[in-house]
Amino acid sequence: MLLLRLFFEFAKVGLFAVGGGLATIPFLQDMGTRTGWFTNVDLTTMIAVSESTPGPMGVNMATYVGYETAGLPGAVAATLGLIFPSVVIIIIIAGFLQKFRQSRTVDAVFYGLRPASTALITSAGLSVAMSVFWGGRDRLALTNTRWLSVALCAAVFLCMKCTPLKKLHPIVFIGAAAVVGIILQL
Amino acid sequence: MNIFADLFLTFAKVGVCTFGGGYAMLPILQREVVEKKGWATDEELTDYFAVGQCTPGIIAVNTATFIGYKYKGVLGGVLATLGVVFPSLVIITAIAAFLSNFADFPVVQHALAGVNAAVVALIASSVVKLAKSNLKDAVCVCIFLAGVIFAFFLGVSPVLLIVCAGVVGYVARTLSQKGGNA
Repeated sequence: MLLLRLFFEFAKVGLFAVGGGLATIPFLQDMGTRTGWFTNVDLTTMIAVSESTPGPMGVNMATYVGYETAGLPGAVAATLGLIFPSVVIIIIIAGFLQKFRQSRTVDAVFYGLRPASTALITSAGLSVAMSVFWGGRDRLALTNTRWLSVALCAAVFLCMKCTPLKKLHPIVFIGAAAVVGIILQL
Repeated sequence: MNIFADLFLTFAKVGVCTFGGGYAMLPILQREVVEKKGWATDEELTDYFAVGQCTPGIIAVNTATFIGYKYKGVLGGVLATLGVVFPSLVIITAIAAFLSNFADFPVVQHALAGVNAAVVALIASSVVKLAKSNLKDAVCVCIFLAGVIFAFFLGVSPVLLIVCAGVVGYVARTLSQKGGNA
């Protein structure tokens, strides 16, 4: 019964949260207050762990909440609940798009969507950069710039453009940056 | 290897290599799905992100379902999605069970600060690649610049932006085709 409830609670999150993993947080806060499964303090820990471990953050959060509430079966139920609405909705949309792939209208619409999607990804990247380099966009100032992070980011970017190194898998850069972070006490 | 096993394992790999939100997944997808497997092009990846950002559900899951479905139908969509969440299930369960104070260790915080700096560079490099394949003419560049201003500086919702860009794209194409025919 608890497992079914976990599944449905997270299916609701999957249905109403639009965007990245951060979009799920207000829904999780509400879920915690309504069900008593976890407190806001627990949630803070879960966010920290979800951000610092591999895997998309939204999925990590669902797994964590599910585990804390009902062990491993709970983790599975919550995660499956979160992805269920996406899988159904996207399969319907993807099927529709495949059917109308040749259509001029769809083609013209995507002609406008691609640069906009690129803009949204750029904007998300800028937000991430703000929080990594300054600790948030409201703390933008030369004096609290984390120069070591800026330098590390620039170094990684340059390495990815150099011929022998750019063939390396992105995870290599992530791993190397983690080691540099530990050594420099970033 | 069985195609479905390949889909599951490839997306499990994408899941393991992603740190942060769905956007951090983009560089890994470009490497694994576009360059190595050829299951999608950079343009298609942009399309999936466009749709994934304005439909319900988190972007990472939406994009995985999209690629899997396009490659191998409904079962492909399901398996790609299960693949992308599988590492989370294993890793988070292990941490929740044994190391709930994981994020408090100084060594984890330092490593994460390094990882985050690298993720910014990875996203920047992905954006450069996407810009090359998606900003083909002046109209595209204008939509891109307007998009960055509205999304980043003015905080307009992605859903609204995507809908408006679709309309602008449709109108611009229709007008240019009419102009071309006349």
